[in-house]
Amino acid sequence: MRKIKKEDIVNTVKKLYMDAVISLPEDVSKCLLETYKKEEGLAKEILNQLIENQKIALQDRVPLCQDTGIAVLFVEWGFEAIYEDGDLMEAFNEGIRLAVKEGYLRASVVDDPVFERKNTKDNTPCIIHFEPVMGDRVKITLAPKGAGSENMSALRMLKPAQGLKGVKDFVIETVKNAGGNPCPPIIVGVGIGGNFEKCAILAKKALLRKVGESNRNPAYAQLEKKLLEEINSLNIGPMGIGGKITALAVHIEYAPCHIASLPVAVNIQCHSARHKEAEI
Amino acid sequence: MSRLKAEGIKIKIETPLTDEVIEQLKTGDLVLINGYVYTARDAAHKRLVELINNNTPLPFDLKGQIIYYVGPTPAPPGKAIGSAGPTTSSRMDSYTPLLLSLGLKGMIGKGQRGEEVVKAIKKYKAVYFLATGGAGALLSRHIVSAEEIAFPELGTESIKKLLLKDFPAIVAIDCHGGNIFRE
Repeated sequence: MRKIKKEDIVNTVKKLYMDAVISLPEDVSKCLLETYKKEEGLAKEILNQLIENQKIALQDRVPLCQDTGIAVLFVEWGFEAIYEDGDLMEAFNEGIRLAVKEGYLRASVVDDPVFERKNTKDNTPCIIHFEPVMGDRVKITLAPKGAGSENMSALRMLKPAQGLKGVKDFVIETVKNAGGNPCPPIIVGVGIGGNFEKCAILAKKALLRKVGESNRNPAYAQLEKKLLEEINSLNIGPMGIGGKITALAVHIEYAPCHIASLPVAVNIQCHSARHKEAEI
Repeated sequence: MSRLKAEGIKIKIETPLTDEVIEQLKTGDLVLINGYVYTARDAAHKRLVELINNNTPLPFDLKGQIIYYVGPTPAPPGKAIGSAGPTTSSRMDSYTPLLLSLGLKGMIGKGQRGEEVVKAIKKYKAVYFLATGGAGALLSRHIVSAEEIAFPELGTESIKKLLLKDFPAIVAIDCHGGNIFRE
């Protein structure tokens, strides 16, 4: 058994959040540079700004985007890691709170979605997905998720008879409807199968994959490729003004599902595809 | 293929905007905005419209002004403002025609606008500028000062008066019916 201390969680979460809003993962940054080379005209001008923006964010220690999101955490928690310092969720939220304060992040979370909509002022509570794993390791992946792209996401319960075509049509329809709103070039996370909530989590998880890495199943890898081609022929382009590249990648994750179901979730990620991970 | 070519020519404009300047702006033009603009997003728009409906004076005169749809991050020490890129404009669509009818001349945001807004932009001779979403750090360097002038209780959503210097934007919807999202 390995003991995990509160301060380890607090400090790790704080650092992950503060780092994530200021610097993009290397794969995303590289992909934006490739896209810059391919585009022309106004689309190129926009990508030029996005590349400059990354340098300035680091230089000025100012977030890449003012929407520093609601923090989404995926936590792999080993069965042999124990926590005895009280409320575990509170430790995670304390890390978030400190990052917002010390990193000058935007408070963008309201306590109740319909009535009061009162700002919690520190971006708590964060959203955590726990996954039990073997051993004693604790791995935290933190993704600040902005609302611009999250709001353009969708979930649909298809009929099995709709099959492959149904899945493709739904993904394309979701991207088309989103247009320039989610800050393209986007990454499209698709979760297929499982059930209602499972496909949504799969879609979100798909966004954490390295940009352009394919699904291990060749059939799904092929589908990712096809969808990316179709999306990039829509001419939505950077910020919706038209261009060759609307999406940097399509990532699909799938899971077994009920004989009567074909759930599909499409989670859209803006070009500021921020996420960082660390092990405690 | 980008639908429009960047000519490399950036047009400097000053606020408040006059009809003469607005008429010259065409969809696809790259502009550098200078002067004062006012921030407002969902919650501030709701308040502004409530004030108008109650015949109460607004915290600033709309005539000739530009509203920037932004909710910045807090200013770190020594800076005028934090990260300050545009938010999705269509969330403000239901409020926009009324503000345009009262003299508002420009908006800075991201994403497409609804049909009613496109029509109102033409009718009231206004302009919708597109700034690069997710370029908040870069855009913050073009904001010289920020002063909170109304609704401080709204936090990031309060109305702030910003002084812009060569703030880069694209003319997305012009007063002649041009619309970058459709061309």
